Amino acid sequence: MNPAVRRWVFLAGAAGLAAFYLWGLTGLPGFGSYPGPYGDIINRIAVAQTNATGVVSAVNFAYRAFDTLGEEFILFAAAVGVSIVLRHLRGERQRPARDESMDRNVAPTSDAIRMVSLILVGPTLVMGWYLASHAQTSPSGGFQGGVVLATAFILIYLAGEFLVFERISPLAAIDAAEAVGAGGFAAIGVSAVAMGLPYLTNFLPLGSRPGAVSSSGTIALISFFVGIEVAAAFVVIVSELLEQTLLSRQESR
Amino acid sequence: MSMSGCAAVIPHSAPLGLMNVLQVTILILVAAGATVVVLVRDPVRQVIALSVYGVLLAVLFLAFQAPDVTLSELTVGAVVVPLLLLLTLAKVRRREE
Amino acid sequence: MGVFPFVVVAWILAVGLYGIVTSRHLVHQIVCLIVVQSSTYVLLLGVGYRRGAAAPYFSDVSVHTPAVDPVVQALALTDVVVEAAVTALLLAFAVQAHKRFGTLDPQELVQFKG
Repeated sequence: MNPAVRRWVFLAGAAGLAAFYLWGLTGLPGFGSYPGPYGDIINRIAVAQTNATGVVSAVNFAYRAFDTLGEEFILFAAAVGVSIVLRHLRGERQRPARDESMDRNVAPTSDAIRMVSLILVGPTLVMGWYLASHAQTSPSGGFQGGVVLATAFILIYLAGEFLVFERISPLAAIDAAEAVGAGGFAAIGVSAVAMGLPYLTNFLPLGSRPGAVSSSGTIALISFFVGIEVAAAFVVIVSELLEQTLLSRQESR
Repeated sequence: MSMSGCAAVIPHSAPLGLMNVLQVTILILVAAGATVVVLVRDPVRQVIALSVYGVLLAVLFLAFQAPDVTLSELTVGAVVVPLLLLLTLAKVRRREE
Repeated sequence: MGVFPFVVVAWILAVGLYGIVTSRHLVHQIVCLIVVQSSTYVLLLGVGYRRGAAAPYFSDVSVHTPAVDPVVQALALTDVVVEAAVTALLLAFAVQAHKRFGTLDPQELVQFKG
């Protein structure tokens, strides 16, 4: 099927889909008039039930924690999949990182970039930790905090310290951290079962004040584990892709 | 260092007309941004366009009163995904040398 | 203003699909897939929005303030991060495809078998 025919078939299909879609739009209640009861109910009772003032995180880690567990395992599987897919093919040899970074004829990183990146590593780590541990009080949570933590590692790479990046992110340790994060989440749910409650019930004490850091029971704990897992997953992914640029071609086929 | 002022970032008691104009503008920009991202054919330039599109999406999510999703989209869409894309392109380009 | 956000969602979806169908470079195709995914985020948040309401965070306002739907925000939030990881997996496939077949043109790749 040559490109022109492909384009016309697509346009015909899209026209049909657009017709159905516009017909469906005529029955919608319109933007801004949210009718459903579910959101209102959760908004009203979440703070009283879980002592968490960030209702979105309460939904993520308490009311719909099982969904989040599934999503986190998709993330875990994707990171493991990247490691597997990018395994060394037969005939590829990894050049030592030092040789590789010396004879690539790229311009050395400018001092401005190096300085700014290295200065930002500390605040980024603190920001990521804050986001991952304050899920119940404000717009934060394990997912965002984990990505910001991974960004701190990436900043080191961007500052041109490729060798340092390789040394501080040994794949074995990062893989272990990722497993701890994913397993920790599942284990919290299992420990609820061990106490005779349904899986992933919020069984820890709820704390004294809504919105305090140590409040909301398992929400803060789960968010912490999710933060570790997401950070480790993204560091693994970036490491694997970086390592690919080190492999030399050996056309032994 | 509390972010509890987030509920007042986009004032929900602003006149309703003002809110609508902001949302309509950013929706149009997002639609235009998506078109630009698709129509740029060179992959490296497309990565830059994707980064800008990520920031536009983040502003849209903020206009829809969703600061959590804004945070996610900013970190992921403007930093991590363009980095992954550039690493892949660097790898592919090395092989072609 | 009633259905304009949903029309924008349909436009983004259609544009992204067009990019996927007519692409000549695997990485370009993956970026168009990212655009298609972003249309679902806009749809989710558009469905949960209530005119004149605030974000669902109650640390400084009373619990009875009208707020938007938190459930769709929770869904969109995990969505964004997880689909970035899935994109990384697709990029890994693209790298391996380039290694094995030497080309990143999807219309040439389809002719290889096995």
